[in-house]
Amino acid sequence: MSSTGGVVVVDAVVKRFGEVSAVDGISFDVAQGELFGLIGPDGAGKTTLFRVLTTLLVPDNGSARVLGCDVVKDLWAIRRRVGYMPGRFSLYPDLTVLENLRFFASVFGTTIEKEYKQIDAIYSQLEPFNDRRAGDLSGGMKQKLALCCALVHRPDVLFLDEPTTGVDAVSRRDFWDLLARLKASGLTILVSTPYMDEADRCDRIALMQKGKILALDTPAAITAAFDRPLFAVRAADRYQALLTLRANVHAHSVFPFGDVLHYTDTRTNADAATIERSITSLLAAKGFMDVSVAQIPATIEDTFMARMGAPESRTAA
Amino acid sequence: MRGTSEIVIHAKDLTRTFGSFIAVDHITFDVHAGEVFGFLGANGAGKTTAIRMLIGLLAPSSGEAFVAGHDVYTESELIKRDIGYMSQRFSLYDDLTVRENIRLYGGIYDLTGKEIRERTDRMLTRLGLEDAANDLVRSIPLGWKQKLAFSVALLHQPRIVFLDEPTGGVDPITRRQFWELIYETAAAGTTVLVTTHYMDEAEYCDNISIMVAGKIAAFGAPSELKKEYCVDSIDEVFVRLARPAENEAAQADA
Repeated sequence: MSSTGGVVVVDAVVKRFGEVSAVDGISFDVAQGELFGLIGPDGAGKTTLFRVLTTLLVPDNGSARVLGCDVVKDLWAIRRRVGYMPGRFSLYPDLTVLENLRFFASVFGTTIEKEYKQIDAIYSQLEPFNDRRAGDLSGGMKQKLALCCALVHRPDVLFLDEPTTGVDAVSRRDFWDLLARLKASGLTILVSTPYMDEADRCDRIALMQKGKILALDTPAAITAAFDRPLFAVRAADRYQALLTLRANVHAHSVFPFGDVLHYTDTRTNADAATIERSITSLLAAKGFMDVSVAQIPATIEDTFMARMGAPESRTAA
Repeated sequence: MRGTSEIVIHAKDLTRTFGSFIAVDHITFDVHAGEVFGFLGANGAGKTTAIRMLIGLLAPSSGEAFVAGHDVYTESELIKRDIGYMSQRFSLYDDLTVRENIRLYGGIYDLTGKEIRERTDRMLTRLGLEDAANDLVRSIPLGWKQKLAFSVALLHQPRIVFLDEPTGGVDPITRRQFWELIYETAAAGTTVLVTTHYMDEAEYCDNISIMVAGKIAAFGAPSELKKEYCVDSIDEVFVRLARPAENEAAQADA
């Protein structure tokens, strides 16, 4: 085992493709039984990092250990003991549910019957569709089958690369419920996602952008570290209110958030009540009726946006 | 509330079957000019089939629909001239430059060389992409690609633009910038029909419909729907409607 005892230990890993550092000096540890989330948009380096940790790519710099084994030297030992669900649907669409599962079991020298207990919770939902071709399953069911196939050899660590991308909100919830159950059985899970609202389902998260970690902690600690009072502004004409607030000299950030606007102010030494009054009267003076302003706790997405700096686009919008 | 009294999309009992499977089951709704309309539903609920009928790519089995005043049964070529379409998966050619992509679409829509040049310059300035005009689309960031694809879908000045999951994969600030482009477009009078899996984006729409198992299970302004279901977010409305209809989820013992 590694000296720190983490199930996954990532130490200053760098992976370049040409001039692009897809993973740019990333370090973190994941403890036994933890559900660890890598959260960020496309291009954050999530997939590259997972490929390094599952021994499919060799890092250019730094080192990583999984279950105490080095990802470069001990790749075969690692491959036997990890489960990996790639982002792109990776099963055989022309094989049935049962055939896919049998295939993945046989690759690892086992059988569905032997492993039934491990996959029971998920497989019981798939069993009625045993004879359906994997290509004909709905999005949510495909994800469950892929998860089942990644679990069938009883891995000690599970890597799930964007399992919920493109999946509707209901199926996403169901999938996270399954992950919570797997975690309860003691499995260590690393999962990546572009959906910030899924962060709360993880024990700890790393917010990632352009190959770097912006923040790493429990979701609660990350949002608690948001460094300014945050206000939800409600107005009937949201878009005009947004333009008006953005033109305000004291505006630090103004973003649409669902049915409200999230606002922060540059006056860091003013108390929340003062800021609240100031923007309420500003909007009233500009003719906005029925405006409400309330201080609120920050979400993961607020925190991500505050920390990411300039977005990838040159457009100031 | 944007939107006028003019109806630009009208569907009545619109239905499409594939064999014994009813993908779209008698949907009826109207969309008004200048509105941002959110077309939501679970995977497999029938959204894509419905959109394909509305953009003239798939003939309905029964029912009626008019898009920009044209009949989807007999005037699909006229519909295609009056609409723009942007999908997440395929919108621009990676192997062409930014300028070449715009010229290609301009040519497809029968714009003159002069129109193409003028609109290209205006578009590049508006998007802040002047310096990238001769870069291959492959080499520009995803967020730019999405804004460019959206602008290209508007190049021929359509009356309605269909956006199929336009914001997948980008960072949260770029996602919001994209929505500001949508607002601008709607404010200028173009109707926007958009699908998304981000439930917070549903709240940005003037009206939404939620499809469940081929039917429209809910329709209206987000604020009204939340009131009707006594919940705080469209996410919760969505979950309430979509969950019982999911046959597969019904078999879950969770």
